[in-house]
Amino acid sequence: MAKSVIVYSTLTCPWCIRVKQYLKENNVLFLDWDVGADKVAADEMVKKSGQMGVPVLDIDGQIIVGFDKEKIKQLLGI
Amino acid sequence: MLIYDLIIIGAGPAGITASVYAARKKLNFLVISVDIGGQTAWSGDIENYTGYQFISGPELTQKFEEHMHKYNIPLKENEEIFSVDKTGDIFLIKTSKADYQARTVIIASGKKSKELQVAGEKEFKNHGLTYCATCDGPLFANKVVAVVGGGNSALDATLQLMKIAKQIYLINITDQLAGDAIMLQKVQEASNVKIMNNHQVSAVLGDKFVRAIKIKDQSQEKELAVEGVFVEIGLIPNSGFVKNVEKNEYNEININLRNQTNIAGMFAAGDVTNVPEKQIIIAAGEGSKAALGAFRYLAQHKF
Repeated sequence: MAKSVIVYSTLTCPWCIRVKQYLKENNVLFLDWDVGADKVAADEMVKKSGQMGVPVLDIDGQIIVGFDKEKIKQLLGI
Repeated sequence: MLIYDLIIIGAGPAGITASVYAARKKLNFLVISVDIGGQTAWSGDIENYTGYQFISGPELTQKFEEHMHKYNIPLKENEEIFSVDKTGDIFLIKTSKADYQARTVIIASGKKSKELQVAGEKEFKNHGLTYCATCDGPLFANKVVAVVGGGNSALDATLQLMKIAKQIYLINITDQLAGDAIMLQKVQEASNVKIMNNHQVSAVLGDKFVRAIKIKDQSQEKELAVEGVFVEIGLIPNSGFVKNVEKNEYNEININLRNQTNIAGMFAAGDVTNVPEKQIIIAAGEGSKAALGAFRYLAQHKF
């Protein structure tokens, strides 16, 4: 079964754009939360990651802060 | 170990343009970089890169990347450079992942945000303290924040945050703000910006996240309750990993008109150098000059 992937990001951050681009290139479906517009999502991101930098990825409950390509590859098996 | 003709360090406009030229000269080369796009990726709207009347930083970065892909340029990403040393005719490059050898190198590692160097700065990075208003600004909706700095980048951050944050303290160490008149006027007229000249930050305080900063002027030190700190005090060149090369007082690598450094076979391009004016289009042009310089050097030395 496909893994559940959530991306917490802002519209303007370059690494957020790149991480989403990377997921799309690899045909990974993901939920895209804009933490700039969505206060609930922002609180959730801070709670899950313990910090305020974007992007944050939640892959089946495993949290990745930043565009850590190696770790994303490993967790998604791509 | 394989000896490359050329290793390009950095993948901003200078490094990427150098790589395109190197590919077209069919050099056996490699690009090593922490990131792609460099400062271009962090730029907002770009209206002075010829050919694009308007393009955003991330979009231009993507165009640069596509251009690299077209030539199948070998790129080592997320790799930090530790040192570059020359022994005999060969450069040895040590990174966070491997060692490499090359006959020529182009240093195009750009600049990075300058740090405040105060207590709490490292601890609260990404816990309320950030160097990128463009990225993290939206997380501070309706909060009280501080922008630290007094030049264009501080004004730019303030302009972005004016629309988002409840209240902004602009903490400037000198007696007046510098920067473009248009931006300055907008900041001065904003109802939610308090400009504090002649003040400097002495510490960042908080628990898990930022709760306050300590600021001081000539006479006293006081605490300001803020939940966000945006550090915009300028840039420093990423030149620390090359020890023996000649640099200027700002730690920029000195180059001549052909982008050569004082070390034979070592070239440099873009914001990491003493080139006058730091612009995306200038960095790109300098990158092409450096690649052609390296090509000529290789030919002259019959490598």
